[in-house]
Amino acid sequence: MIEVNNLHKSFGDTEVLKGISTSFEKGKTNLIIGQSGSGKTVFLKCLLGLFDYEEGTIAYDGKVFSQLSEDEKRNIRAEIGMVFQGSALFDSMTIAQNVMFPLQMFTKQSKSEMEERVDFVLKRVNLDNAHKKMPSEASGGMQKRVAIARAIVNNPKYLFCDEPNSGLDPKTAIVIDNLIQEITDEYQITTVINSHDMNSVMEIGEKIVFLKNGLKAWEGSNKTIFKTDNGVVTDFVYSSNLFKKVRKMYLDENS
Amino acid sequence: MNYLHNIGTYFLMIVEMFRKPTKWSVMKQLILKDIDDLIIGSLGIVAFISFFVGGVITIQTALNIDNPLIPKYLVGFATRQSIILEFAPTFMSIIMAGKVGSFITSSIGTMRVTEQIDALEVMGINSLNYLVFPKFISMLLYPFVISIAMFLGILGGMAACVYGGFSTLEDYIVGIQNDFETFHVIYAFIKTFVFAFILATIPSFHGYYMKGGALEVGKASTTSFVWTSVVIILLNYLLTQMLLS
Repeated sequence: MIEVNNLHKSFGDTEVLKGISTSFEKGKTNLIIGQSGSGKTVFLKCLLGLFDYEEGTIAYDGKVFSQLSEDEKRNIRAEIGMVFQGSALFDSMTIAQNVMFPLQMFTKQSKSEMEERVDFVLKRVNLDNAHKKMPSEASGGMQKRVAIARAIVNNPKYLFCDEPNSGLDPKTAIVIDNLIQEITDEYQITTVINSHDMNSVMEIGEKIVFLKNGLKAWEGSNKTIFKTDNGVVTDFVYSSNLFKKVRKMYLDENS
Repeated sequence: MNYLHNIGTYFLMIVEMFRKPTKWSVMKQLILKDIDDLIIGSLGIVAFISFFVGGVITIQTALNIDNPLIPKYLVGFATRQSIILEFAPTFMSIIMAGKVGSFITSSIGTMRVTEQIDALEVMGINSLNYLVFPKFISMLLYPFVISIAMFLGILGGMAACVYGGFSTLEDYIVGIQNDFETFHVIYAFIKTFVFAFILATIPSFHGYYMKGGALEVGKASTTSFVWTSVVIILLNYLLTQMLLS
């Protein structure tokens, strides 16, 4: 579980996060949503420890990150898996080497043990025959699956995904969403996804945190988001006619 | 103020480069890859340039010596001194700032733009140690490149001298052996080690701390070449003043 309390982050005179408090539960897919510029990416990078923040705390299973020693911080980071928006695969390595990288860095496994684990994880993300391909030879969807495989290969306790569906066709996007949800459930990971894909919100948003202008404007799930009358959320989530109709159907069915 | 900030950041980067070392089994592979990219990959262009520039130095020296009282072996002597003292260590380093420096800046800069450096940091890896330290270690072999530049420069001079009919092979060989001072070679290699450090770290700094997208990677490579060259020229002056005067 990750608990965030009163998080403030500024760049110069511009305050981007203005005191966010929330929590992300273990074994659930937690989504951070909001318009572009609402502070989602900055919030995610604070959670990952890539940005320092002026005020507030972030606790990983009760351990307040800013109060830990460098070694303890490194131990927590070794338990984090991250799927970047552009996948961030290492260009100079094959797909198998990319997935093996965290094992080489953080475990004392033999080469055959590592290869076995890489085979297993690549099979898990439906990439059985892509070991020797370079990232540049893989499609966007394949790169995302490799990034997920790399993120989960070392059995992380926390999985972060930044816009995992960006640039993907709707069918591949659903495959990626389902894969993330299955993995979260299977390995009981605390998963935090940064997204503005409404399909993902409806499909896998077991917990949703809505940000606006650096503040938490709403918190709920894909079940309660249909019922909310919070204008800020409905303006954003139901901005398309399709989702307006879906919402109406849902409310009619459940009234 | 911005210059001071960048200089401070550069020295902090160098300190950070030695902290939290990457696992040796991984580091070994990175060093071998960088030796291949930075050292072995540069040998062809270094050999080509050295041989022909050595030839040009010889021809120009020979053509400017029209006084019959000046001995012919002076052509070999002047070529050797020019190549060992300046051409091989300094001007070859400027050329390497273009070849190796641009490669380092663009490869690290691309990693920054595509979030690969963020990926390393999230995993708890010291990205400066992972990326810059192997380049620094592999550049310790840079004197080997400069030795080849010295040898081929003098060899190119000999070919131009003999086949161009400017003097005999014997005169040229007497010239390159005449008044030989070991300290001149030591001076050249001291400069080479200093320039190797500059060639590994300044381009890495420009790549690592760049901001923006693909266009900025190109700009960072150009800026890196300019600053690496400026620092090499300034240090060349300071080292020459300290070691030879």
